[in-house]
Amino acid sequence: MAQGNSDVRYLTPINIDTKKKKYCWFKKNRIRYIDYKDANFLIKFVNEQGKILPRRITGTSLKYQRKIAQAVKRARHIALMPYVGDMLK
Amino acid sequence: MTNRYETVFIMTPVLSDEQMKETVQKHKKFMEDAGVKIFHEESWGLRKLAYPIQKKSTGFYYLIEFEPENSQVIKDMELNLKRDERIIRFLTVRMDKHAVIFNENKRAKKKKQAAQNQANA
Repeated sequence: MAQGNSDVRYLTPINIDTKKKKYCWFKKNRIRYIDYKDANFLIKFVNEQGKILPRRITGTSLKYQRKIAQAVKRARHIALMPYVGDMLK
Repeated sequence: MTNRYETVFIMTPVLSDEQMKETVQKHKKFMEDAGVKIFHEESWGLRKLAYPIQKKSTGFYYLIEFEPENSQVIKDMELNLKRDERIIRFLTVRMDKHAVIFNENKRAKKKKQAAQNQANA
């Protein structure tokens, strides 16, 4: 009844995640200035422990990654964002 | 063309309202005497801090956007902020042209929204 050609049967088809083309979110939306006072926007670029996400994950270009890093560090200084967070998301 | 600066400072939550206003007034008066053009002021009120500062977990935030005549004013102002023991943290940032445009648009949008609310309210 089964085709029997592939003896190994996977329970669920393995989906190799197709290579999603990463793009720089800021260049696409033509954002010029990243406000350090807007904490709930900056949270998107920080992982659960409150660390800044690297470019290879977010795919942002170097120019905006530096702006993000500076904004996050300023937000941390005025206690809008934690230095060491716990389950921020 | 003088640069525009933005200062955010946090006051201890222990203060009563008048003390809080009085500290803000003190610093603003110092700035006005030194010939500073204040563009915008904003009080975010009592907010929870992301981490305790000086054993306090909340603070009064206050923001001032201004344009001084020379940078000496900034040094004196920051010295005052540092000396004032009611202010637990402050940050002065020079705004580049994109920042200025960003703030202008934000204020314009807020004003438009306010007008709209009144219109349909």
